[in-house]
Amino acid sequence: LWETKDAEGEEWGDRLVIAEFHKKIKDAFEVFDHEANNTVDVRFEIGTIIRSLGCCPSEGELHDLIVEVEEEEPTGYIRFEKFLPVMTKVLLEKRYRPIPEDILLRAFEVLDPSKRGFLTKEELIKYMTEEGEPFSQEEMEEMLSAAIDPESNSIRYKDYIAMMVVDDG
Amino acid sequence: SGCGEDLLKAALVIQNWYRGYSARLKARQRYALTIFQSIEYADEQGQLQLSNFFSFMLENYTQIHKKDPELLARLFGSTLQDYKDRQDYVSHIDVPDSYHGPRLQFPLTFTDIDLLVEAFKQQQILHAHYVLEVLFETKKVLKQMPNFTHVKTSPSKELTICGKFQSRAAKLIFRSNGLPSGSNTYIFNGDFVDRGKHSIEILMILFVSFLVYPNDLHLNRGNHEDFMMNLRYGFTKEILHKYKIHGKKILQILEDVYTWLPIGTIIDSEILVIHGGISESTDLNLLHRIERNKMKSVLMSPIPLNEDHNNDLKKNKINTTIIPREVKTNGSLSEQLTKHEWEQVIDILWSDPRGKRGCYPNTSRGGGCYFGPDITSKVLNKYQLKMLIRSHECKPEGYEICHDGKVVTVFSASNYYEEGSNRGAYIKLCSGMNLRFFQYQVTKATCLRPLYQRVNTIESSAIRILKERMISRKTDLIHAFQLQDRSKSGKLPMGQWAFSMENVLGLNLPWRSLSPHLVTTDKSGNINYMSSFEDIHIQKPLKSGWSDGAQSTLIETLYRYRSDLQIIFNIIDSDHSGLISMEEFRAMWKLFNSHYSIHIDDFQIDDLAERMDLNKDGSIDFNEFLKAFYVVHKLDNVNKSDSKLA
Repeated sequence: LWETKDAEGEEWGDRLVIAEFHKKIKDAFEVFDHEANNTVDVRFEIGTIIRSLGCCPSEGELHDLIVEVEEEEPTGYIRFEKFLPVMTKVLLEKRYRPIPEDILLRAFEVLDPSKRGFLTKEELIKYMTEEGEPFSQEEMEEMLSAAIDPESNSIRYKDYIAMMVVDDG
Repeated sequence: SGCGEDLLKAALVIQNWYRGYSARLKARQRYALTIFQSIEYADEQGQLQLSNFFSFMLENYTQIHKKDPELLARLFGSTLQDYKDRQDYVSHIDVPDSYHGPRLQFPLTFTDIDLLVEAFKQQQILHAHYVLEVLFETKKVLKQMPNFTHVKTSPSKELTICGKFQSRAAKLIFRSNGLPSGSNTYIFNGDFVDRGKHSIEILMILFVSFLVYPNDLHLNRGNHEDFMMNLRYGFTKEILHKYKIHGKKILQILEDVYTWLPIGTIIDSEILVIHGGISESTDLNLLHRIERNKMKSVLMSPIPLNEDHNNDLKKNKINTTIIPREVKTNGSLSEQLTKHEWEQVIDILWSDPRGKRGCYPNTSRGGGCYFGPDITSKVLNKYQLKMLIRSHECKPEGYEICHDGKVVTVFSASNYYEEGSNRGAYIKLCSGMNLRFFQYQVTKATCLRPLYQRVNTIESSAIRILKERMISRKTDLIHAFQLQDRSKSGKLPMGQWAFSMENVLGLNLPWRSLSPHLVTTDKSGNINYMSSFEDIHIQKPLKSGWSDGAQSTLIETLYRYRSDLQIIFNIIDSDHSGLISMEEFRAMWKLFNSHYSIHIDDFQIDDLAERMDLNKDGSIDFNEFLKAFYVVHKLDNVNKSDSKLA
């Protein structure tokens, strides 16, 4: 259905792809739109929606996206009508691709230069809350609750990544 | 230095990845909640549609008129014989010396409340004698209350508001917020029963507290304070299980007590507290005036004895002749509310607020309406009110504020659908201050499990019930898929599959996101639509030698309508014996068949009747029979008891 080759066929295929993206975006939006009034909260929900669609923007990139979809006079809410075209473009252009597993592993290894195979709780907290785009306390606690190996009280990052990747599907 | 830059980059990578992962977990949590909620509301809708069946049944089931006037009376909501009964009944129930449970002393005092709380902590069951006394007393006091209780806050006295009060949250709330008393006022905004295992215990604590502090504990009726809802959602079963001898009497009195529960509370002439919501035609003056005890059940809409109604029925696709009404009810028409009054109450108990302006029928529940912010403003202004506090909907955070702060939902049952599904909350207010919200989540574990584990639990639970839903509609689903699959390839594009699922199941869910859990997909992204049915089937009763093929539609039908059938059987079984006669069964089934447009042959019904008569004594133990139909998930090692017919 998607692989017709002639010019007309390709155009038709694109339209179908876009239609499917629209549905996907609508589903993701609606699940957070409690009042069913086609708006969601800027601060708490729009980032989650974008990421739940498989994109991995940095906080900075997310901020830029929000500016694109916000009202001229920010109301604290994002309307679906503005969100849809912007998000469709993001999906079509395959922007903000997720981090591959091997890159993630290498990142942990950079933080563990002596190659112990783990990070201590204090080390992880320090890096995550002081470097890059720092975690909030809530994000830090949430990550720790799954990442910490209770016996050693450390983060065995290889095991952790393996577990998370399976779970994330 | 280069090293610092590497550290920065590494941190960014990990943070970026984690935020994406965490967001996907939260989305999955929401999807699971959406599934639970959609199915719950679809069930409620099925419940309300039963009322059409009852009307239909009454019109066409002539035998009932002659043989079983009591059944008729039940369906028309006759008045119970007044408690001339009471002295006779209660005083004849002895409390034996061997009973070690709590013994209440009438008139009740606060020591009785403590006694009950302690006893229930020890898993004791209150003796039927006391249960009935409490119920009779409660009814007596409730009868004196107006439809709306007017409450005033004071600077020194705080008021706590709870909605959907279930046993596990109850323990937490009473421990952290204190028991009801003269200085600790509570409003319980409906739904104190159903879906928990200790509904009767909660109810007893609430009623006893109410009797001790009638001016400081306010009970509003919710949509589950309805004996028909209890039949489906488990409270009836709980009572009959815990009170084998007197359970039926308890249920009878309870039906009546429910109808005397006030409709709502008004705080400081400013805040309206009701269970569900409002509609554009909500008339508080009317609601103050009506005889609320005539509202027996949401399933019993008033049936006008006139030509218009007969004409309405004829419009239904029924071939049987409509028998002109000679129905004699126990009382006169004044036993019922008018249709308008009845609808007003349904709106209060069943409506939900939404962001869209206007007022629309509540299609997911099948009763009440969706009301927008304009409706809220209009109705609140009309009666010089400032706010509406309601319950009725599960919210992930236990509470939610909408309509510009004018509507607050408070939902106190944490983990309502499943461990980890949602927080619970209660509201405290005292005069001159803003509302304060208290959130919690009851958990069996001593420390909170990581998010991904909690999400996995609720997700797999939600998918499970969704699959059970699918299998109960298997025939219709396959039919819909095949209609679109002209080439008979067994595959459909995602869009067409999603469309059929939504159409047949009547559930508005994010099918595309859910598809990986429900079906397999080929390399081109097309859905193998039969793959959903591979690892799941309905278990047939072991004893009766059912064969495959021909019987599978029947089995599917029985499974799909099992809750409805259970209620219908329970209604016909007016003495709660658990048995109905073969004749009653055949006649009722034939009616059900034609009303729901199910195509089951007569001989299959007779065959069914034979099979259900397990003792071969001419009567059918329908509970036993219906229990036998449950869904087997092949990938389970052990069947979870909650996937069995409850």
